Amino acid sequence: MSGPSTYQPQNAFLKWFEARLPIGGLIHSSFIVFPNPRNLNYWWTFGGILAFMLVAQIITGVVLVMHYTPHTTLAFSSVEGIMRDVNYGWLLRYLHANGASMFFIAVYVHIFRGLYYGSYKAPREVLWILGMIIFLLMMATGFMGYVLPWGQMSFWGATVITNLFSAIPIFGETIVTWLWGGFSVDNPTLNRFFSLHYLLPFMIAGVVVLHIWALHIPGSNNPTGVSVKDKQDTLPFHPYFTVKDALGLVVFLIVYMWFVFYLPNFMGHPDNYTAANPLVTPAHIVPEWYFLPFYAILRSIPDKLGGVIAMFGAIAVLFVVPWLDTSKVRSANFRPLYRQFFWILVIVSIGLGYLGSRPAEGGYVIASRILTVYYFFHFLVILPLLGLFEKPKPLPASITESVLGKGAANVTAGAPAAPQTK
Amino acid sequence: MTTGAPASEDYEGIILAENATAEPTRRDFLYIATGAVGAVGVAAAVWPFINQMNPDASALALASTEVDIGALQPGDSLTVKWRGKPVVVRNRTQKEIDDAKAASLSDLKDPVARNANLQLDAPATDANRAAAGKENWFVMVNVCTHLGCIPLGQSGSFNGWFCPCHGSVYDTAGRIRSGPAPENMAIPVYSFLSDTKIKIG
Repeated sequence: MSGPSTYQPQNAFLKWFEARLPIGGLIHSSFIVFPNPRNLNYWWTFGGILAFMLVAQIITGVVLVMHYTPHTTLAFSSVEGIMRDVNYGWLLRYLHANGASMFFIAVYVHIFRGLYYGSYKAPREVLWILGMIIFLLMMATGFMGYVLPWGQMSFWGATVITNLFSAIPIFGETIVTWLWGGFSVDNPTLNRFFSLHYLLPFMIAGVVVLHIWALHIPGSNNPTGVSVKDKQDTLPFHPYFTVKDALGLVVFLIVYMWFVFYLPNFMGHPDNYTAANPLVTPAHIVPEWYFLPFYAILRSIPDKLGGVIAMFGAIAVLFVVPWLDTSKVRSANFRPLYRQFFWILVIVSIGLGYLGSRPAEGGYVIASRILTVYYFFHFLVILPLLGLFEKPKPLPASITESVLGKGAANVTAGAPAAPQTK
Repeated sequence: MTTGAPASEDYEGIILAENATAEPTRRDFLYIATGAVGAVGVAAAVWPFINQMNPDASALALASTEVDIGALQPGDSLTVKWRGKPVVVRNRTQKEIDDAKAASLSDLKDPVARNANLQLDAPATDANRAAAGKENWFVMVNVCTHLGCIPLGQSGSFNGWFCPCHGSVYDTAGRIRSGPAPENMAIPVYSFLSDTKIKIG
């Protein structure tokens, strides 16, 4: 993935193997000697954290399936059985349920990092779009996973979300019946969601491979947004970034485990500990927290089709951000105005999340409408215009200069033990 | 991994030269015909994998249910499950009937009756929503036409139904009056088997 490998196996078997399948060289060039910008900060550790979370979710998920029964009459009680009877079942389930939330926390940090440092700009547009596809697959996976315990929130969440497709003109009802496999959310729906919930993480893993491949063509962006110019701007992935990623991961795991062991239901909803009842809708239904901003956008539009279009549009607009942002400067560190608008967008997104958790009435609806308009205004108006009117600050000549100051670049170039000459 | 640029240029050059001079050949026809047969074959093979997700025979078989309504006094409702959905049968009070009749069609967000027993374009008058000739009896699929929640009966500003999910308000004839729902709640196919028994579906 990063040019010809310098991998030279010493062991006779590895030499024999490498001549037939050069996977050692691929790993060596991608994750050992791969040159990363030397100035990456801790916001860049979330890629590794996300890779870890995907593996953790797959492992905990595979073992949970050994104890789960995907049938409307047994799903809820099998989950209770996991909680009470299965050895360490409570731990595995809490790891998986909270793991989903932590996965989304990490992906939102990762996306906002990309927005702040302009990581979506040329030549990384395809990398960004692959990331957005992963985000969509994650949302589908998270939604279907939440349905499996077959509690009240599972059932009514599934009903509301699948009914979004009924807003499609003419074919809506047919599509919804097809999704359900019946005339309401029922056993066929649970079965297919279970099947797809097991499938999608592996599809995510496939797109992650493409995402990393697309990353390794231009290499990582960095906090200055200035491209790597020569070798002294970089450091090898191992040990410099393996260690940095590991520290980020450990701190992240402390937070994750704090939720698992001390607040395991904080990010869930108590109504989901009531078995699904197709005849009674809970008084106040909400999706999982990571969908709340989009849910607020859906509810802010007083028209069914319009609401659905706005909700999907809020995601779709992210796909075209590389072409909406007209500024040549990547990093917000050198864009005084964009930097402020970025933080307003962060606050607006969190605000939409809060409003999505509130009942759809009175001032909450008005506030969601204002924030929804602003959300689209940011991407469709501010981003394109800002590139034309903003005067960016002067960029450093190189990454090395930004780290060591002017004139220092020459000193390190002559330094005898420069680490990148490994 | 690497495709030599000169080689690909040569290759394109040959293709262009052929296209510029030659009429469509027998070989072109065979390519297109083979591709077309292949596309039809793929579509035919894909269809079972799509159609398996539609309601199966057992889901379609649960088509009708009989309900005894003899015990319902004015102001009483009962709910039965039909096709996995709640169907409400209500013996409406005189006030509810009067309120529903008082609404003119121009007040309604959805002017169509949505009554499976009538024609598709029947207007949403109370007579077209209630049981034929028995205006106190009201049978309705109690599913919000917005996103499928179950509205609560005898609540909301019209004292009809109110959906707790996204705030749709229905009147005493189950017609949408405000909120995001686009349509009146559906009236299923049903018939009176006797004065105290109805068959839904």
